[in-house]
Amino acid sequence: MSVQHTTPTHAIKSTGEPVWLRRTLIVIALLFVFLFLILPLAAVFTEALRKGFDAFLEAFKEPDAWSAIKLTLLITAIAVPLNLVFGVSAAWAIAKFEFRGKAVLTTLVDLPFSVSPVVAGLIYVLVFGAQGWFGPWLQANDIKIIFAVPGIVLATVFVTFPFIARELIPLMQAQGNEEEQAAMVLGASGWQIFWRVTLPNIKWGLLYGVILCNARAMGEFGAVSVVSGHIRGQTNTMPLHVEILYNEYQSVAAFAVASLLALLALVTLVIKSVIEWKQQRLMAELAALSPERPPVRAATA
Amino acid sequence: MSSLILPTLRHQPARVLPGFEITLGFTIAYLSLIVLIPLSALVFKTLNLTWEQFWQAVTAPRVVASYKLTIGASFIAALVNAFFGLLLAWVLVRYQFFGKKIVDALVDLPFALPTAVAGISLTALLAGNGWVGQYLEPLGIQLAFNRNGVLIALIFIGLPFVVRTVQPILEDVEKELEEAATCLGATRWQTFSRVIFPALAPALLTGFAMAFARAIGEYGSVIFIAGNMPMVSEITPLIIISKLEQYDYAGATAVALVMLCAAFVMLLLINGLQAWQRARSGASS
Repeated sequence: MSVQHTTPTHAIKSTGEPVWLRRTLIVIALLFVFLFLILPLAAVFTEALRKGFDAFLEAFKEPDAWSAIKLTLLITAIAVPLNLVFGVSAAWAIAKFEFRGKAVLTTLVDLPFSVSPVVAGLIYVLVFGAQGWFGPWLQANDIKIIFAVPGIVLATVFVTFPFIARELIPLMQAQGNEEEQAAMVLGASGWQIFWRVTLPNIKWGLLYGVILCNARAMGEFGAVSVVSGHIRGQTNTMPLHVEILYNEYQSVAAFAVASLLALLALVTLVIKSVIEWKQQRLMAELAALSPERPPVRAATA
Repeated sequence: MSSLILPTLRHQPARVLPGFEITLGFTIAYLSLIVLIPLSALVFKTLNLTWEQFWQAVTAPRVVASYKLTIGASFIAALVNAFFGLLLAWVLVRYQFFGKKIVDALVDLPFALPTAVAGISLTALLAGNGWVGQYLEPLGIQLAFNRNGVLIALIFIGLPFVVRTVQPILEDVEKELEEAATCLGATRWQTFSRVIFPALAPALLTGFAMAFARAIGEYGSVIFIAGNMPMVSEITPLIIISKLEQYDYAGATAVALVMLCAAFVMLLLINGLQAWQRARSGASS
């Protein structure tokens, strides 16, 4: 290589790695990504289509598969809105106000992430199961929670509990209260402030939290497996249906249903990336704004 | 600016915006109903056991073997993730290459892919007749249906944590510091180990702890690939499930309480690490 560099490029060179090292690091990283991410993902779809497209479609003609899909959609349609309301509410209280015990509350909101899914399922068995706190009372009144849909909803709500709140809290903290206070001075009501000022500011973060919450709600396995009771056609969600098919050596059918879930994961990743790129562009636009209207995020960062 | 407002805020309530009572009230009520009260059931149900019963349940040889496997495999998986996570974050932040955006998006796949799908897919790859397994089996390497399988599943599910904690910190590392180190005669390796790495260390440790905590509780992806042999490749969450299937609720509850305590310790540790990281990045900027 020639030594006749101009000073700027030379300065960049001096804090970078030699080309061979760069290439080696990139190759190792890509190899790791290929082995641990791309291969497993590709395997789902190839295994599903191994015996052709007709065999793939066969898996969805089974009524049990349909009831599993419907149950998964129903569970998600209940769990995600519940955690959405909670997430917005928790983020409003934690990000907009100062109060005693805030750090403890924030930690407790994150708690379900650290609890093993199996333990998450078990605790509802201990509360609502036959030997549980409310077991005898529920039995006397002929209400089924464990080994029925309500138990699956509860377990799903537990494991997806923090997703939306933890996306919103740092976002709303970074944005501060100035815009809401300004709206208030101008005479806006609480709802108006939320719908017209806060929501437009947090909508991407909110959507991001919702899609992550949705993906986890549809895919949850451990917690749901404890409370479901595995009744075919009644309390089997899609991941549980995959497990049953797999254990019955119906590999193609198992991977066919699994491929729907993998597709959901891919869609989630695409939406997530789009939101991130949108946010980056927004940040760049805000940074380029003229100083007479100081960009909120850039100012607080 | 804040010094001007503060004195007045001290005397009158600082809560100008509406909705504090109702959102905080709802948050605490929902948290209690969904998380705190059910979790307390675990503690109260365990209190029904005598100390001997509890001790016997949580120290049975099969259970202890599962702790060793779960903790050991989680630790090794988190180490592997720390190394490759740092490498991936580095490559994604510092270098340009074809397909970078796709790789960046794919890193989150283990978060988005249901664990059961990951489990059967890794098993299909690594079993003796699988894509990868068929080349390894003649060499005497078996990666499925034993402890190796547990490790691989745990590496998969912990992969995004280190990348996603290190990446933003690496983006913020000031290039000027590196240039200064280079000007002062440091080699590239010295600059990395003495300037860049110390700045990343808190984030790296946080990511490591998160991957470790997640791995300890993981169930779905592991059980398909582990083979689940008692004393050999049986993880602790599976012990709880099998106790439940034998209607041994007391035993399941006792082991679950041990796992819950482990989760609490990890949560506090991660919180501490994050506070350290904030203090570090606050001090440097």
